[in-house]
Amino acid sequence: MIGHLTLAHYIGLGAVLFCISVAGIFINRKNVIVLLMAIELMLLAVNMNFVAFSRFLGDVSGQVFVFFILTVAAAESAIGLAILVVLFRNRATINVGEIDSMKG
Amino acid sequence: MPAFAGMTGKKSMGLDPTILLIIALAPLLGAVVAGLFGRQIGRVGAHTVTIAGVALSCGLSFYVLYQMLWGGAETYDQDVYTWFKVGSLETHVGFLIDRLTAMMMVVVTFVSLMVHVYTIGYMADDDGYQRFFSYIALFTFSMLMLVMSNNFLQLFFGWEAVGLVSYLLIGFWFKKPSAIFANLKAFLVNRVGDFGFLLGIAGVLYFFHTLDYKTVFDHSDALTGKTLELFAGHPWSAATVICLCLFVGAMGKSAQVPLHVWLPDSMEGPTPISALIHAATMVTAGIFMVARMSPLFELSDTALSVVLVIGATTAFFTGLIGIVQNDIKRVVAYSTLSQLGYMTAALGASAYSAAIFHLMTHAFFKALLFLGAGSVIIAMHHEQDMRYMGGLRRYMPVTWITALIGTLALTGTPGFAGFYSKDAIIEAVGESHRWGAGYAYWCVLAGVFVTALYSFRLLYLTFHGRERFIVEHSAHDHGDHGHHEPGHLAHAPHESPLVVTLPLILLAIPSVVIGAIAVGSMLHGDFFGEALRVAHEGEGEHGFHGWLATMIDGLTGAPFLFAFAGFAVATYVYLINPSIADRIKKALHPLWSLLDHKYWVDEAYQAVFARGSLLLGRGLWKGGDVGVIDNILIDGSSAAVGRTAGVVRQLQSGYLYTYAFAMILGLVALLGGLWYVMHA
Repeated sequence: MIGHLTLAHYIGLGAVLFCISVAGIFINRKNVIVLLMAIELMLLAVNMNFVAFSRFLGDVSGQVFVFFILTVAAAESAIGLAILVVLFRNRATINVGEIDSMKG
Repeated sequence: MPAFAGMTGKKSMGLDPTILLIIALAPLLGAVVAGLFGRQIGRVGAHTVTIAGVALSCGLSFYVLYQMLWGGAETYDQDVYTWFKVGSLETHVGFLIDRLTAMMMVVVTFVSLMVHVYTIGYMADDDGYQRFFSYIALFTFSMLMLVMSNNFLQLFFGWEAVGLVSYLLIGFWFKKPSAIFANLKAFLVNRVGDFGFLLGIAGVLYFFHTLDYKTVFDHSDALTGKTLELFAGHPWSAATVICLCLFVGAMGKSAQVPLHVWLPDSMEGPTPISALIHAATMVTAGIFMVARMSPLFELSDTALSVVLVIGATTAFFTGLIGIVQNDIKRVVAYSTLSQLGYMTAALGASAYSAAIFHLMTHAFFKALLFLGAGSVIIAMHHEQDMRYMGGLRRYMPVTWITALIGTLALTGTPGFAGFYSKDAIIEAVGESHRWGAGYAYWCVLAGVFVTALYSFRLLYLTFHGRERFIVEHSAHDHGDHGHHEPGHLAHAPHESPLVVTLPLILLAIPSVVIGAIAVGSMLHGDFFGEALRVAHEGEGEHGFHGWLATMIDGLTGAPFLFAFAGFAVATYVYLINPSIADRIKKALHPLWSLLDHKYWVDEAYQAVFARGSLLLGRGLWKGGDVGVIDNILIDGSSAAVGRTAGVVRQLQSGYLYTYAFAMILGLVALLGGLWYVMHA
């Protein structure tokens, strides 16, 4: 049954999305693409919070921010995928476990 | 020219400061030109420019002395240049020209001029010709700054400058290890003296708040009754402390026991500088300084007693060493030590005028003896061992005659210069009632015997007796002067050129007559005026009836008997019956050995101070530098950083997710902390 949806539901959804994306980053040991997707998901979780609070507080500027974030996220994905292509060319792999050249 | 503040001073009967500036600066100019442009102006240019400078200085010094004695010039005491100001202390470069200074200027410039001329002959084959002339001209400048100074700081400047030139010249042949050892030794021993000297100057500044001679000497009475507490609970008379400190400086510069060890070794330098610096002028700077400070020294009987005892000890015991030396220059060097001891003893007996008088006569005859020794060394192709000489008087008559005159003057033969001054010293010491005067009197009296013994020994071994060298007539190989066996000469010895013998003759003249000329005014007249101050004028002043009467008096005095005894012994042992010398040496072997090793003072210093400082240095090096600084501070800190980094770098996995996880953890910790703070 769909009852009365309160602010708490939306924030809960945002938190769940955020936790999924964090888990995606940590638990993922395979693929850089999954990593990028997890980051996108994290941004969506933030957007969800923005929209929810905007509606709750009756202030439209939160929704304006969502557009900004979506734009930036799109640009960021483009750059991330470009880096991924270059990475694959240089290292012939996109396996996260093999990319450890920063090891001290 | 605002700098030349003294120019506008009093005009009447004063000396012209321009003349004084020329006297001081002409040798400096020569030194700079010969030193910096020696290669461009060549050998002749170098000796021309320096000799011109020193000759100008010498001529003007004679003019100044003439003005002081007969021209009625008053004592000149003016600052010519402000050196620096620190708080209330203002330091000037200035000149104090009284008769003492004028006499010193004449002695310094005259002997220096003679040595300059002599050097043309002595250093003719040396590669460092221009450098040598530059050094000795620089020395003349420094010595003039020292004697002409009107304040303690300029005195100290001159003092250090002559020390520097002495260092440079002892090590002139810098490829010779023994010369380098000797100049380092001279430098270090002089530092000990300078340390005391500087403390003395600091004491003067502390009590008088000025370094100006006139102010200090005019108010020297302010020092009476003042005390210094060097060690808690033991107040010392300030005058005694200051004077002893100043005298330590004089001991270093004038090579008094126990700081005498550097002077014999300084003979490693070329002979002209042994004559100029280490006999006639620089080493007498200490005597001059104490005489100049007579108003201070007169305040402390204790200090003067120390001066007296040290001087007398030096006079006798270093003279003894001279008897067993074989190197011709070393004999003269020990003789210099002994004569400096005489001067110091005279200072200790408050006979400042006698000390300065002996300083002057000694400057002439000792420079003469050194230059004569140098002339012999040239003739013997740089052989200095008297055992390989003998009979040289037939080959080099001028050198022989002048050396004879120098010896007669040194031994105090009545009529010669040394007689008047030495007699005056012995008399003054004999009449002194200071503590230690009895000991000092016997030392200086016995010293006369010793002086005559070693002086005539030198004369006989060198110029008389059997020829102990072999002349090899293989005149084809000129190049190997340095490699021949001792006592083997490539050519027969011959008289030195005119540039060498002329200074000998010119120095022989004052060695004979200067005593008779000056004895009346210097010892018994009012020559020095206010320059030397004696607290209690001698009670038993003997009547003075002219130089001739003094000379005839001297013929019956004890010193003459002692000198004659020395002469007789030397004549018998070294001329009439030479084999006896070896027998005496064997019979008195322990004594001979003691003297030959110079009382083991060098060895003791070597063992205690040289090795001690080496050990200290090694300890500080190994323990302090290598141990603490290198191993703990530098290497230790870097190793600690390295070890820490080795542990911490394990955190750097290189995996992106680890970093991200760390960021999250950090964020949680930050937010948690923030929350905790806001709700606590």
